[in-house]
Formats: sequence, structure tokens, C-alpha cells
Amino acid sequence: MEERKLTCIGCPLGCLITVTIENNEITGITGNTCKRGEIYAGKEVTNPTRIVTSSVEVTGGTKPIVSVKTASDIPKGKIFEVMKSLKGITVAAPVRIKDVILADAAGTGVSIIATKNVEKIEIGD
Amino acid sequence: MTRHDLIIIGGGPAGLAAAISAREAGIEDILILERDKELGGILNQCIHNGFGLHTFQEELTGPEYAARFIEKAQVLSIPYLLNTMVMNISGDRTVTAMNRTDGFFTLEAGAIILAMGCRERPRGALNIPGFRPAGIYSAGTAQRLVNMEGFMPGKEVVILGSGDIGLIMARRLTLEGAHVKVVAELMPYSGGLKRNIVQCLEDFSIPLKLSHTVVDIEGKERVKAVTIARVGPDRKPVAGSEERIPCDTLLLSCGLIPENELSRSAGVAISPVTSGPVVNESLETSVPGIFACGNVLHVHDLVDYVSEEAAQAGRAAANLLLGGRKPAGRPVRVLTKNGVRYTVPSEIRPASMEETCTIRFRVGDVYRNKSIALWLGGKKVYSKKRPIMAPGEMEQVILKKEDLIKETDLAEITVSLEEG
Repeated sequence: MEERKLTCIGCPLGCLITVTIENNEITGITGNTCKRGEIYAGKEVTNPTRIVTSSVEVTGGTKPIVSVKTASDIPKGKIFEVMKSLKGITVAAPVRIKDVILADAAGTGVSIIATKNVEKIEIGD
Repeated sequence: MTRHDLIIIGGGPAGLAAAISAREAGIEDILILERDKELGGILNQCIHNGFGLHTFQEELTGPEYAARFIEKAQVLSIPYLLNTMVMNISGDRTVTAMNRTDGFFTLEAGAIILAMGCRERPRGALNIPGFRPAGIYSAGTAQRLVNMEGFMPGKEVVILGSGDIGLIMARRLTLEGAHVKVVAELMPYSGGLKRNIVQCLEDFSIPLKLSHTVVDIEGKERVKAVTIARVGPDRKPVAGSEERIPCDTLLLSCGLIPENELSRSAGVAISPVTSGPVVNESLETSVPGIFACGNVLHVHDLVDYVSEEAAQAGRAAANLLLGGRKPAGRPVRVLTKNGVRYTVPSEIRPASMEETCTIRFRVGDVYRNKSIALWLGGKKVYSKKRPIMAPGEMEQVILKKEDLIKETDLAEITVSLEEG
């Protein structure tokens, strides 16, 4: 029997969760306070994932860059590939929250979406 | 002189939530004064996710969380001035401010809500020896540079202090190609949230050296290296434990201080523990008609709690302006015991409180398997087991009005940590 202790990242409470594994099967999850914790712990020992946040350049906007994120979580091992896929990307203003900046980032099947509104600079501004 | 019913100083998460709740409680004439060029405050540079789980039951990034409140304020047509710096507030609620279009102007307010937030502890307050070259930034400055302006502050980075912003920046700079060599923390525990230690350091194998500090900074033009050393239980460097780390950048994430210059000018009493105003159950300061909420009141860990607290300040200010306030009666002091560092509020007037009052506090050390207890005089009315409590995380206990009004001649309310 193997015991793995991990800190839940589902919310800032950061519960200390113990996962017991027997013959490659999860036999118990304790220490979590909510269902999210149980799901996270199960996933973290089998297929850890992360939301990646970053920013890309904007042209013609009221701000030089716009913040972005993966629309859902991606495999932990793909973080740097996703970051690389954002290199050199620029978007034209206006940008709205949830606009797709890059579809299927690094073959994850997950899109990169904007997390901030950036208005277009009007002539004369 | 123009008069407004309610003037809110600061258009960040606290100011926005206070404005929205005051409007919803019936206050028409509101003005938000914001010094930055947009609303949203510090959330604009916090592009990482994890905000809003309590408020919206989903994980948002900082700008997305801010947008929810900005859009609501716009739907409610709440007026605001941007690029406007408040220079002074006086005890009679006169606000002096300036901006590039209106110049220098004064406003009169029926009530004021202080929502100016906090600032980072700078190098000068830390007494780090060594040279003063370029390349030393507060973690928040680096965050603004990377996330809003689009500049990298450096390539080889050492971070002093394991506050949340420092941890978040360790990850952010790593993702952008910098090499974060070490995070040094003076205390034997991290001041940051567990999730950030896992997601920002462990995920990227960035070492966290607890009980370590920076004892020297080298470099004339630009940082060349820093020396870190282990500290003993007295938090003083241990001779012989020094380690020189070549780097071009040092980030400081060593605590946040509520920004209360304006509060002081208005004569508001400041708590030596929180560095924020002393407030009662209505989040009203020692100056009648001046309320406080968010990080200017005490530094929060979660923005959700800032929004919640600010909404309460908005309701309380509205109640005052609409003449709904009952004679307050004698205030009951809230005392702290056994590791509780402070409480907000620190006094309660039973007649003025809402059906419940959230008493927020922080603990002074890491405590395992303790209970949070709430005492009304000699009677324990509430107890909650907590497997772990740490100084980095805010705790709370709910005081019920129905419990409070049963007690006559109550001498004090006590929040305490107890065994088991």
C-alpha cells in the first residue's frame, strides 16, 4: 500500500489530502473538505493538470498587452509547450473577454482565450 | 464646493463592491475616485487564476473577476473619475483631489468609504545591507511590468519573501523564460498560500529556503549577486551559513501594508497591529461617517472576502445616509486571546449590527488541531475545529445578533484559540 500526501489546489483553503494506492488503484482519499478536493487528488496522482495564464501583445489597442488563459486545464507536462505556442502571437484590438486567441494550443485541444477587454484606439485619441 | 452623498476612495475590488452595494441599498449620488487609468485596482495585474471561487463558484483570473464588478457598476451607472489622486481627507469629510482635466478641486461628502488598498513593504523598510543598483523590485512592481506593460525585469532572479505575489511571480517569470534560482523566506514557514507553494514552486522545482534572508547585495549599476544566509531562532543571520548567488534581479515579497496616509489626515484611529483603521460592526472608523473596507482596513488573502466586506461597508454607509441608524448604545470590545493577533471589527454595538457579523482575524503562528472559540463574556457560544491555521490565511467567526442580544451588560466579546 502506498500513501501519497498532497496539498489541494482546487481553492485557496489548500486542504492536506492523503491518497492511498493499492496495486495502482486508488483505494482511499481523505483530508479533503469538498468533492472538488477528491476529484483533484484522484487526478493529481493519475493525470495532473493546470490552467496556464499568460499574456500576448495587442496592436492598435489602448493597452500594449492582453492577459490570456487556457480555456480549461491542460496536462501539467504540456505547460512549457503551451507557453511556446504563444510566442510571437499578436492580436488586433478590440479584444473581449473569452475571445479565442489561439485554437488548440500545442495539440492539447484546448483554446487560449482572452481574460481582459482591450479597446481599440480611436483616431484622434 | 460640490457635494456627493457618498464618495469612495479607490476603484479596486473594495471600492467597486462598496459602490454597488450602496447603490443597491438606495444611494443615488455616489462618486468613485481612482488614481489609476482604469478601474479594477491590483486585480488588473493579477492575471493568474483562482479568484472568485466563493463569490461566483468558478475560478477566474484577476482581470475577469474585476470585469464582473466593473460591468455591474457600469450597468448601475455609478459615476467614477480616473487618473484622479486624492490629496487629503479632513475629519469633516471634505475631500481634496486633483487630476489633469479638473485640476485641484474639493468635494464634500455625506459619507466616505476608504478603499485605497495596500502597498508592498519596500527595501528601505527591510534594512538589507549592500549596494543600491538597478534590478531590485518589489514583486508587485515586477508583476505590473510583466503582466500589464509587457517588460521582463530580468533573467536570473532571486526572490526574498514567500508572500503570494512573490510565489506567483516565481512561476510567471519561469514561464517567460527567466531562471528563478531560489525563494528565501526569513520565517520558518511561508507567508503564502499552500496552493501557491505547490503550483508556483514545486511544479517548477524552484527551491524554497525557509529561515533564510538576504545579507548582501552586490553590483554598482545592476545587481550582480546576492548573498543569502540562514537565520537562527532570533531571526539573525548565522555566521558561516552565507551563500553567494549570482543573479541580475532581486524581487522583494515581504509583506503588505495598508495605505492609510489619507485616513490619518482625516484623524482616523489606526490599529498598531493591522496598520488599518479601528472599526466597529458597521466598519465605521473612529471618525463618524468615514467607513473602511478591503486591504486598507486589513490585508486579506482572498478577494472574495474583500468584496463581501466592502459590500457590508456600502450597506452601512447607505444606512447612515438614509437615516436608518438607531441609537448605537454602548460598544462592546472584541478581545483577542491565545494566538489571535487582531479582529476586524474590534468593537460591536449590538443595536447597530446586522443579523450576523463576520469577525475576521489572523493568527500569529502556525497552529495545528486547535479550535476557534467565540465567547460572550463568560459564555462560549461557538467553537469550530481547525486542523491547521497559519498567519498567511485569514480566519473568521460569525457572531449572531440573536446570541448577542440575550446577554445584558456584556463586558466583552472574546475570540480565542483553544485546545482540541
